[in-house]
Amino acid sequence: MIGFDPSDEQQLIVETVHHFAADEIRPLARECDEAAKLPESVLARAYELGLVANALPESCGGGEERSAVTGALVAEELAWGDLAIALAILSPGLVALPVAEFGSETQRDTVLPRFTSAHYTPASLALLEPGLAADPFHPQATAQRDGESYVLAGRKCLVPWQDGLGALLVFANEEGTPQGFLVPVDAAELSVEPSSLMGIRALPTAELALDGVRVPAENRLGGASGSDLRRILTEGRVALAACGVGVARAAFEVARDYAKEREVFGVKVAQKQAIAFKLADMAIEIDAARLLTWEAAWKLDQGEDALKAATLAYQQVRRVALEAADGAVQVFGGHGYIRDYLPEMHLRNARGFASFEALALV
Amino acid sequence: MPISFDLTENARLAQQHFHRMALEQMRPISRKYDEQEHDLPREWVEWYWKHGRGSAPLRDGPGDGFVQVCIQAEELCWGDAGLYLRTPFAGLGGSAVAAAGTKEQKARFLSVFQGDGQPVWGAMAITEPQAGSDSAAIQTTAERDGDAWVLNGTKIFCTGGEGASSVEGGFVVVWATLDKSAGRAGIKAFVVPSGTPGMTLVGVEDKLGIRASDTATLRFEGCRIPQENLLGRAEVKKKSSKAGGDKGFKGAMATFDASRPIVAAMAVGVGRAALDFVHEELERQQIEVRYDAPPTRQTALERDVLEMEAELQAARLLTWRAAAMMNRGKPNSLEASMAKAKAGLAVTRITQKAVELLGPEGYSRKLLVEKWMRDAKINDIYEGTQQINQLIVARRILDYPSSMLR
Repeated sequence: MIGFDPSDEQQLIVETVHHFAADEIRPLARECDEAAKLPESVLARAYELGLVANALPESCGGGEERSAVTGALVAEELAWGDLAIALAILSPGLVALPVAEFGSETQRDTVLPRFTSAHYTPASLALLEPGLAADPFHPQATAQRDGESYVLAGRKCLVPWQDGLGALLVFANEEGTPQGFLVPVDAAELSVEPSSLMGIRALPTAELALDGVRVPAENRLGGASGSDLRRILTEGRVALAACGVGVARAAFEVARDYAKEREVFGVKVAQKQAIAFKLADMAIEIDAARLLTWEAAWKLDQGEDALKAATLAYQQVRRVALEAADGAVQVFGGHGYIRDYLPEMHLRNARGFASFEALALV
Repeated sequence: MPISFDLTENARLAQQHFHRMALEQMRPISRKYDEQEHDLPREWVEWYWKHGRGSAPLRDGPGDGFVQVCIQAEELCWGDAGLYLRTPFAGLGGSAVAAAGTKEQKARFLSVFQGDGQPVWGAMAITEPQAGSDSAAIQTTAERDGDAWVLNGTKIFCTGGEGASSVEGGFVVVWATLDKSAGRAGIKAFVVPSGTPGMTLVGVEDKLGIRASDTATLRFEGCRIPQENLLGRAEVKKKSSKAGGDKGFKGAMATFDASRPIVAAMAVGVGRAALDFVHEELERQQIEVRYDAPPTRQTALERDVLEMEAELQAARLLTWRAAAMMNRGKPNSLEASMAKAKAGLAVTRITQKAVELLGPEGYSRKLLVEKWMRDAKINDIYEGTQQINQLIVARRILDYPSSMLR
């Protein structure tokens, strides 16, 4: 039966995460963006709340059965607080979830405990590549089998690169098929160039150059059977779409509240149809984008191929997040351009969804 | 209901059933009644009355309630939106009676739609030459005269108004004011049976699209109806109209909460007709649409098609959400207006894009695509224009009464 109501349990999770986002993430969002630094204590708190471990299967030390719908609900709330901090909180999933889903027994046994231990441990996924022709399904980076090892070569960009990375998963082209490889973060042939981005500034990111990085054959994700990038990308798009909905909603709410406060020509600016209709459009588009995201997540939970649904949802979210953030700047007028207020940051963050497109975040 | 996008078996059966009906009974005569604008589409009307009514193959077990009603509307409007509107239904007038009428009124006016007689129609007459979206500006008056109400005024854009006003058994629900000085509180809904002396069918409109649908102008001159044809109470509560608890005006307004998701679903049906055709044509010409092409390799066509698909599905999901809320008796006027605003605009764009993508053939009356584009536009206008629905949404999200946002 068609339904649109989160279960009682999901509702409780949403409320908990929302309070956390409102009380602990949002107040630090501006300061972290300016300092280009993550709030370690908030990440630790998020970890205590079980936001990452809960997304892992119970057999891997996780909390409960994984649900992409629940994941989308959580991601929206976190990103509503702040996108960069949300991405950091969710980063362990970049490796933990593909390993939980596709990893060999050894990989699960060695990698997953790092993400269910007592402390928050970030992880990273190197998927995107520089250049306009980049296509995640056909990476330029290569993986060559050489005896009992693989040799990786190529460049990656927009790679989250926090201190103390617990694991790094690199996708490369192995004889025409994209495959994932667990790469030691301190590999000698791996050079790391920190990058500075327009938005999500609090999240450290890097460009990687792999110059013949040699990893044992058993580091291939899924061992001999490999992994399915299509599924990983689909999950990533759904989670990113949910983050985009969160950013859009944050921008919308900030704009709405400001419009109800700000006086113009003797009335509140929200009483002007030019502004009120813009806000109405934002509200409609955000709800529509959220429902598309939920549908894609639900399809994932049903075990269906959700790539098309995820792509459609993501395309909408990308537009809606940008329009909502741009709309918020506009509603604020000159103040929207000033860094004392959040809209300019929302706009910088929202534009990123075009670039993150293929950044799998699971 | 928990988050789920799975239709019940009953809803799926209904979907297949109405899809077949649309394909077999509507599509073959779609162009004919677009061209023969004011002719009664006899084939459809008679077939529906004999075979279509209550023919949905329901099984024991749950259904999707109002979502299923939306699915029916989507499928039949995928067939033909004009013919759908010309279907012998109780229509919006029937929804008003169902929402605001007494048990006796429901039996008196609605049972004929289940009867064995000739096809009948119901309609609702709100719009006037000088009062469209601003329904509180209604000039048509109702005056008490003994045990009767006497109506005077002119109504335009009454969907289904020709059949409802002239074919025996049908009725028109007419909005009229008892007291102009009372504004909205003075407005009441009256059921005028077809053929009532004093109700004149002035004519039907020539339209851009949905030409099979009869859009009537009705004049009321000393039109007398029995006292018991008023929906709700006669009392006019000035100022405190909100707390009035009168099922009349508010009940009639509440029909919009129920009808807007259906209109949104109708819109989705028209948009889907065009999108399905685009897909079929691309397949015939062996042009593939990829869903996993990176942005720099995506063709303009792929981008358009993806956009159309996403917009259509977004409209459908907003529609189903508003309908699902009705299943649980939850107030849904915000969500209904969101769905209506999104769907009306989305299918206007989708059908216009379909004509563009199909080139000269899309523009040709050999195909139905140009007709769907003309049909689609009405969804952005009737049952509250795009702008009125934006206004309703805006008031709700800002928590403003209408006095603060005009």
